[in-house]
Amino acid sequence: MLKAKRSIIAVLKYITLIFGAFVSVLPIVVCVITAFKTPEEYASTNVMALPQSWAYFENFIQAWSQADMGVAFRNSIIILVCVLAGSIMTGSMLAYVLSRFKFKGNGLVRNMFLFASLLPGIAMQVSVYQIMYSLGWINFLPGYIIMMCGTDIISIYIFIQFFENIPDSLDESAIMDGCTYFGVFFRILFPLLKPAIVTVMILKGVGVYNEYYTANLYLQDKNRLVTVATSLFKFTGPLGNQYNYICAGVIITMVPALIVFILCQKQIYGGLAAGAVKG
Amino acid sequence: MKEKKSLKAWVQSDKVNRKLCIFAFMLVPVALLVVFTYIPFFKMIGFSFYDMKYIGDREFVGLQNYIEVFTRKDCFQALKLSLYYIVASFVQLALALYFASVLSFKVRGSGVFKGLMFFPYLVCGIAVGFIFKFFYTRGFVFDTVLQWCGFNLEQLPYWLKDTSINNISVAATSVWRYMGQGMVMFIGAIMSVDASLYEAGDIDGANSFQKFIYIILPNIKTIIVLNMILSITGSLSVFEPPYVITGGDFGTGTYFVIMNKLAHESQKVGLASAMAVVLLILIMIATLIQKGIEKYYFGIGDTESIREIRKRKKRMAMAGKGGTR
Repeated sequence: MLKAKRSIIAVLKYITLIFGAFVSVLPIVVCVITAFKTPEEYASTNVMALPQSWAYFENFIQAWSQADMGVAFRNSIIILVCVLAGSIMTGSMLAYVLSRFKFKGNGLVRNMFLFASLLPGIAMQVSVYQIMYSLGWINFLPGYIIMMCGTDIISIYIFIQFFENIPDSLDESAIMDGCTYFGVFFRILFPLLKPAIVTVMILKGVGVYNEYYTANLYLQDKNRLVTVATSLFKFTGPLGNQYNYICAGVIITMVPALIVFILCQKQIYGGLAAGAVKG
Repeated sequence: MKEKKSLKAWVQSDKVNRKLCIFAFMLVPVALLVVFTYIPFFKMIGFSFYDMKYIGDREFVGLQNYIEVFTRKDCFQALKLSLYYIVASFVQLALALYFASVLSFKVRGSGVFKGLMFFPYLVCGIAVGFIFKFFYTRGFVFDTVLQWCGFNLEQLPYWLKDTSINNISVAATSVWRYMGQGMVMFIGAIMSVDASLYEAGDIDGANSFQKFIYIILPNIKTIIVLNMILSITGSLSVFEPPYVITGGDFGTGTYFVIMNKLAHESQKVGLASAMAVVLLILIMIATLIQKGIEKYYFGIGDTESIREIRKRKKRMAMAGKGGTR
């Protein structure tokens, strides 16, 4: 009796899991199916019907060239690398100063960052746009990268939290040995930050790679400065109904995320859990 | 030579080195913070009193913009849509909690289930927009699935156009996208619960449901409540789902979607700034209430929660009374 009840619960558990997974992948799977269909097939068959051939790549080729995906990937990689490097450097340096030194203004700076984290990014863009405009940084890639580094607050918190778990005695003994404070940071503490850097790279990396709104706003020259996220924008307008191309484009943008996900699953889960605990 | 050496020594002296380090390391991040957060913040407050565009003349209008925010049909009304997203985020948290607790017990293929349910989080916003435009199109994916379940296409609504249902359709996509993230977060929290508690539960013959109620829930209560509270401020500032799926048409424009339209399409920068300021004030109020609740129930950092302190004082007072009598 008890055994029967247990096995019913187990079955229910698997049914809900399968249902959850099904709902999660269905919208994506249908995109994959559609991306492999010829225009005739797309027009004549039901969306859920499988394509005749899984070797029909014309849609991908079309999507790639129509949306300038080559340029988009180049730009996205440049942005990603620079923003990650920039925000890891500035974030960890600031966190070092804030967590290690007591000085006038320490609390003030902390509170300034805390308050800034309350401001919703979208609302700020109304006036950030005006600043970017007056700096002449619209359609200027380095300017966009600097702005993206500057508006990052989560990474600072992750670094501060991490520094507070590294014992002070480590710095002190290095200072005794004649190391400068700069030396302590670059030679001793920075290498220890690796786990925190991975966390920041994941949280920030997902955000930057997928950033659509600010990329669209500040990189308006879509021939030269298109990113992976904004490249899909080409498919609105006259191409808005050709879902066989659109789906191919969507799949192309997802492939890098999928590869990174498969390779670094553990770090991604760990990073999210660590980032979430701090809020 | 001597001069140089003394300069070096001066730089290396503890006090100077310290100050130099503080200054050098703070310069860039603080400058960025000021330029991209604080200057825009104060400018925005300034803009909200003007009738202006990004370029050209501006005219001081006092509180006119604020009056408009509260009286215009499309502005303040749009905040009502937040309710859909609050409900959606509660649904999302409940699902995430359910799947997290199921997956943190022994389950065959748990890695695969976890991966599949998490992946939507990594899809970029605009791709999510296209995926769901396609998904909800008349006669396409969602309708086909419902037809398999025996529904008649004629009876189904237009998911993105029918104003009685389209906000639910759009809010559901954010559940789809973020549920996995919440799940991973809860799994992390459940894993950090002391494993010996589960062992003790096993010895006492507790089943999974009892373990959930008596072990998991009390231990991750803090993170659940915090996320529930955070989802309220999050719901006030929903932007991406309606922006990429419907563009805010057919009555799905949330507050920020409308603000964005006013700022960048109609160039009513003053009005948009006033909208931003109003929402900021609302978020500040909500945050202060949150902090209060947090402090009351959980304490901050190492300090005890106010509720605990009060309970203890009460107990001590009672004990004191008992002692004197």
